[in-house]
Amino acid sequence: MSDASMKPGAGPKSAYFLSHSDEAVERRTLAVLVDNEPGVLARVVGLFSGRGYNIDSLTVAEVDASQHRSRITIVTQGTPHILEQIEAQLLRIVPVAEVIDITNSKSGIERELALVKVAGTGEKRVEALRIAEIFRARVIDTTNESFIFETTGASEKLTQFIDLMRPLGLVEVSRTGVLSIQRGKEKG
Amino acid sequence: MTTRTKAKPAASQPAAPRMMTGAQIVVEALREQGVSVMFGYPGGAVLPIYDALYGQDAIRHILVRHEQGAGHAAEGYARSTGQCGVALVTSGPGATNMVTPITDALMDSIPMVVITGQVPTHLIGTDAFQECDTTGITRSCAKHNYLVTDVNQLARIMHEAFYVATAGRPGPVVIDIPKDIQFATGQYVGKAGITKPTYVPQRTPKAEAIKAAADLMTRASRPIFYTGGGVINSGPRAAEKLRELQALTGFPVTSTLMGLGAFPASHPDWLGMLGMHGSFEANNAMHDCDLMICVGARFDDRVTGRIDAFSPDSKKIHIDIDASSINKIVRVDVPVVADCAEALDALITEIKALKRKMPDLTAWHSQIDGWRARRCFAYKNSSDVIKPQYAVERLYGLTKDRKTYITTEVGQHQMWAAQFYHFEEPNRWMTSGGLGTMGYGLPAAVGVQAAHPDALVIDIAGEASIQMMMQELSTAVQHKLPVKVFILNNEWMGMVRQWQELLHGERYSHSYSESLPDFVMLAKALGGHGIRCDKPDELDAKIQEMIDHPGPVLFDCRVERAENCLPMIPSGSAHNQMILGEITGNEIGEAGRKLV
Ligand SMILES: Cc1ncc(C[n+]2csc(CCOP(=O)(O)OP(=O)(O)O)c2C)c(N)n1
Ligand SMILES: [Mg+2]
Repeated sequence: MSDASMKPGAGPKSAYFLSHSDEAVERRTLAVLVDNEPGVLARVVGLFSGRGYNIDSLTVAEVDASQHRSRITIVTQGTPHILEQIEAQLLRIVPVAEVIDITNSKSGIERELALVKVAGTGEKRVEALRIAEIFRARVIDTTNESFIFETTGASEKLTQFIDLMRPLGLVEVSRTGVLSIQRGKEKG
Repeated sequence: MTTRTKAKPAASQPAAPRMMTGAQIVVEALREQGVSVMFGYPGGAVLPIYDALYGQDAIRHILVRHEQGAGHAAEGYARSTGQCGVALVTSGPGATNMVTPITDALMDSIPMVVITGQVPTHLIGTDAFQECDTTGITRSCAKHNYLVTDVNQLARIMHEAFYVATAGRPGPVVIDIPKDIQFATGQYVGKAGITKPTYVPQRTPKAEAIKAAADLMTRASRPIFYTGGGVINSGPRAAEKLRELQALTGFPVTSTLMGLGAFPASHPDWLGMLGMHGSFEANNAMHDCDLMICVGARFDDRVTGRIDAFSPDSKKIHIDIDASSINKIVRVDVPVVADCAEALDALITEIKALKRKMPDLTAWHSQIDGWRARRCFAYKNSSDVIKPQYAVERLYGLTKDRKTYITTEVGQHQMWAAQFYHFEEPNRWMTSGGLGTMGYGLPAAVGVQAAHPDALVIDIAGEASIQMMMQELSTAVQHKLPVKVFILNNEWMGMVRQWQELLHGERYSHSYSESLPDFVMLAKALGGHGIRCDKPDELDAKIQEMIDHPGPVLFDCRVERAENCLPMIPSGSAHNQMILGEITGNEIGEAGRKLV
């Protein structure tokens, strides 16, 4: 972490006490690039539980086998002060190479995939299919009384889709959690 | 900037490989790392390593009596030498007994490598005899840890562990080695070029941060240096640079418990320790300053007191090698992520280059002199009973001209030691600050004495704390480590008693030890020398007897039982709300009672 990237206090008096009750909670997506060594996910998750930070979603997979690199995308919430701490604490973990704030990066892209099972017949079944088309969800399994839809997009879009399916016979949902990447030709 | 990237890997050039067993790799790597003393305790899962230690004399192994003792001894060794401490213990109970010292070392940033044996690879996960999930248990209390599953990775991991333990903010690293890996044959690689590409701490400060800091420092009218353990950890050069920068600026200096010795206590600008039991002048100067230069300290709650009343009118500069320490508790104006010595050196250069007339600090110094005049550490002495403060004062008086190292346990005696024993140099003071571990002092003294055989090493102890690790006197006897344990015996868990007096209406629940060992007989039983003193006028002669005794000593110093440790900032109070004289029982508000 560079000290230049930290927000210094401003103004003549600098008693910027971190009494955070007046700071609004924000949601943030962080990409954490790590050495893919045993226990690294436990370290990252343990940091969140040990220090009382939130995890809304978490995805992890190896992304570069030759370099043993894994990418962990974490969606978290906190006040700006807590979010700054989360980044700094993540970088203290020895096998963490890099932390990218996807939310505040102009080139950050977030995507999620959901599998949504809906059971119903008649009018409701037709309506489910119609809405799925609008959301460009694919049907990946069908029986006379059910569909499984596969849909990708921003998390809010998936939530919206799922909410619309609820009165139409929503049975169950499986979501990947958020994945992230940076636009453009550069890496990471 | 949204991407925070650590520095890129340095090219590694491992030396030509040699074949040996895992156990031999461990010993060879320790030797190559320059380890000359280690602390440990054997058991089934580390027997191959003990076998490799047998008959070699490059590394001295100190056999402790409890694994926790090995850990604290390694900490004492590390803190007094600036080198990495090493402990070796077996699997299961050996490893779990190490959890306290590992946590202690993490809290106080002590470089330490802990090697634990593990059940053979094929038995891991089967609840085998003396199996425990050592890497799981120590994940959150170690800076880093490893489970070795391939003997060919062992040498690299050993060297990497030393790098990680000592680089940046130091800390404990655990290497868990299954027994079959210790027997297997693999390649040894040397330490040359082995680092950790994802862990390359930023040591040199950013120029713009130094410029901003120097600018504030040349304009302040009520400045203060608030220094901490980071100055000690950075090495002797940081203490030198602190002294040089102070001489250049004339700013007053206070320090945390962990930082004592970085700045000489005899210096006229020394304010004494700050914080809960710190000096009136240090705390008031912190409260009223207009510029705080925090060097390697971390705004711990024992130091800041009530956070929303902490130094309300100051600008703050914070130098720390651990970026997560900055803006964690208190937001600062100029963050400087760097090694303390590097940052202090850069500040000296920058301030000299500015060629500004330094501000006139006369008014500030006279304000400070006003606080000093309160003589906050004054106590009522007695000719009948030994006051604990007097005991530490006399101990200081009779030992200060020697090469003396002080360790402590935890409690009132620890604070009296910090208040009444004065340090001129870094690395002479070993205490458990962050974790506050009773039982730390004696094994730490064993570690210090092993590193400095000719020095006078004294554990200033409480009668309750010493009983947590008193078996280590036997270690001292076996290894001819003539440590002195100076017990301020008030028969109470004094610090607990004081809090009960202050917070719980004098209901002294379970803080009195109805039965205490006869420490003189105990010393004899363990093979040491016992001394008892309960008369102020005999104290000097008996302390001298302790100093002159060539072997380990337990000194049972019977002190005033009800003495409180003052001054004190009650929890939840501000720096300028210290209790100076007597405790009345009404000092702490509702909110403060809930704090620790
Ligand atoms: C391992 C451990 N257990 C409990 C405590 C809580 N504690 C802090 S000070 C103290 C009493 C220490 O008594 P003693 O060693 O006699 O020192 P005194 O305060 O009397 O000088 C206790 C129990 C602790 N710090 N460490
Ligand atoms: Mg006591």
